[in-house]
Amino acid sequence: MTDQPDRAQPETVQRRRPAADAAGPAAAAAPAQGAAPDSGDLTGELLTSDQWTDEMVRAAGIPVTDIPFVTIGGGIGSFVTVDYLRIAGVSTDRVAVLSNLDFAWQTYEYLTRVSQIPRPERIRSDSASRPDNIWGFPSYALAEAVGERTFAPLWQVLIEPIWADYYTPKAGRVFAGLERESKRIGWSEMLVKGQVRMVRKRQGGGYFVILTPMVGSTATKRLAYRAEFVHLAVGYPGLRFLPELQEFRTAHQDFHHVVSAYEEHEHVYEAARTKHLVVMLRGGGIVASRVLQRLMDDRAKYGLSTEIVHLFRTYISSSHGPNAWNRRKGANGFAYQGFNYPKSVWGGQLKARMRKLEGEDRGRAYKLMGGTNTPYRRRWQAQMKEGRDAGWYRTMTGTVEQMRLEHGKIISVVKTQNGMVEVAADFVVDCTGLEADIAEHRVLADLLEHSGAGRNPLGRLDVERSFELRGSASGPGVMYASGATTLGGYFPGVDTFLGLQVAAQEIADDLARRGFCHRIGTFRSITQWLRWARDRQP
Amino acid sequence: MLPTLGGRIQTRLILLAVVGGVVTLIIGPLLPISAPLSAVYQDTFVILAAVAVLGIGWECLYHFLMQWRWEKDWPTLFGLATAIPEGLLVWVLLAAGAIPGITGTVPAAAFVIDFALVWLAVWLVANGPMRVPFIRWRFHGGRLV
Ligand SMILES: Cc1cc2nc3c(=O)[nH]c(=O)nc-3n(C[C@H](O)[C@H](O)[C@H](O)COP(=O)(O)OP(=O)(O)OC[C@H]3O[C@@H](n4cnc5c(N)ncnc54)[C@H](O)[C@@H]3O)c2cc1C
Repeated sequence: MTDQPDRAQPETVQRRRPAADAAGPAAAAAPAQGAAPDSGDLTGELLTSDQWTDEMVRAAGIPVTDIPFVTIGGGIGSFVTVDYLRIAGVSTDRVAVLSNLDFAWQTYEYLTRVSQIPRPERIRSDSASRPDNIWGFPSYALAEAVGERTFAPLWQVLIEPIWADYYTPKAGRVFAGLERESKRIGWSEMLVKGQVRMVRKRQGGGYFVILTPMVGSTATKRLAYRAEFVHLAVGYPGLRFLPELQEFRTAHQDFHHVVSAYEEHEHVYEAARTKHLVVMLRGGGIVASRVLQRLMDDRAKYGLSTEIVHLFRTYISSSHGPNAWNRRKGANGFAYQGFNYPKSVWGGQLKARMRKLEGEDRGRAYKLMGGTNTPYRRRWQAQMKEGRDAGWYRTMTGTVEQMRLEHGKIISVVKTQNGMVEVAADFVVDCTGLEADIAEHRVLADLLEHSGAGRNPLGRLDVERSFELRGSASGPGVMYASGATTLGGYFPGVDTFLGLQVAAQEIADDLARRGFCHRIGTFRSITQWLRWARDRQP
Repeated sequence: MLPTLGGRIQTRLILLAVVGGVVTLIIGPLLPISAPLSAVYQDTFVILAAVAVLGIGWECLYHFLMQWRWEKDWPTLFGLATAIPEGLLVWVLLAAGAIPGITGTVPAAAFVIDFALVWLAVWLVANGPMRVPFIRWRFHGGRLV
């Protein structure tokens, strides 16, 4: 087995190797006894020690690079954090980005593309969620209005969300902005490609981060980075299939008829163009809405006869919530909400409130505000209504008890309120986007085991309000984490651009208190914004 | 910006003082009021102060109304449209002579221009440029301190 970066598959999607093998104490790539001293690989001593000395790493023959700040992941979370630090006066030689990605939005672009948001389509987040601009000004709507000489985006922002759908930027605009900012802050100078294997505390303070570089790019199998501050932004620990779909795929070795919306599944849409198909969708989130839109768009565009059966586990038929102050819209199976949490978790009343909640109270608040939901979009509503009226779009509520293959069709036995119902479909598309446990990510599993990191009420990484990973401090050294792995903390919106920026701001401010960078005050903020506007280096 | 009650009040007071103050200074000489400039400034700044003081009450009301919104947000248009009831209240009080410190009478046209321009400027700044000097403001519910 190898843990060299696998370029074809971003780390966040279901890995080809079975999950149990991907991580966990038993899964160590190196044999339990470790490599020989001086081999440039992990020795047994390193593998088993919670704290490493400089001497231990030297004895293993692993070359060490000193760098004060290391961010692991190199996706959007790393990007916005490094963006903040660069603006707070940190030079590129004080930051290393350790990542298996060539550019920061690579995984995001992959996930959005396969889940049916190509560059010309609009993403979910709002006008001021700009990962390429820490100020969120000018907003995407303003930039689009100026760039395309139209008032429409500004008008939409003015009347949203009541008289129009929320304005959201086109994916292509987001990527173009990220590319520009990436050049501006010198991202490629800080990027080191490879797979991070582990982070361990260093005796005397700080951490060692072990990187497995690209094959053949270095003399040794591993490189070590000695850092005072480490930031973890590894994205999704892994995306999973619904258990019954996974079982079906494994039992029948069928990766064609049962697909995940988070994987390439273009063949489903291609098949729909050649013959009559029945497609079964699972899940009630935005990805289900997207796949539905694609099927319905193609149906209209090419005059197809595709039928869609949409299975909900929980069917939302109307507004729901405990009282008049907490009622979320819902209908036809879906819970409707502009963004994945109520908007004010990113800055308003709910953000302030969540910051104070602990333990079970926090868990309950998450339950109330989160859950599966999708935005109410007028276009989707019209398409679904047309489908319901004509009978080619049907919804069902229940759970799948059994699946089998019969004459090339997948028969799902669905347990509904009215008993068992059999549904035959040509394809089943899993849009649930179940996320794997954090321990399935090798670096996180190692942290839980060796570095004192713990879990929050939702079972993810337990971080402070400053996004410091609780229990993992090492002398003056601090480890931070942001993104999906920290969901369940004092701030719910972590797995979004804006949430990653909220985290980045907290981290940058904390680092400023520790003397690592300048605090971005009013003067620096204005002068740096002017530099951003003129595309000058920070 | 998604406001908390404290944030609403702070943002209003600061924006009215700074942005409202600048706009009031600039438009003073241009308003259709036949009075010496010092009297015009006195009246327009008293009006500005009245919008600020009454605004604290209004913000409490808005905060209360916002509780019925699932998202606990305050759409952009609300921030603009609330100019109407607020402007009317100030005008009624002005007409009733209930605002202390006003010298002479303020013509309706002058009031409308003054009030609308100040409101528009404050609303525009709050919906974008404010985020440039104060990068923490939008994540703190509009609080500055
Ligand atoms: C379909 C879809 C649509 C979305 N739409 C929106 C939206 O409209 N707006 C929004 O705000 N958010 C959206 N999100 C959420 C979005 O994914 C996040 O906002 C953002 O991309 C997360 O950034 P991240 O840095 O946490 O993860 P990523 O951008 O995925 O970066 C983490 C990367 O770290 C790398 N990595 C992991 N482990 C290692 C290791 N051991 N060594 C080296 N590298 C490693 C992997 O390549 C991984 O991709 C969407 C998510 C999905 C799935």
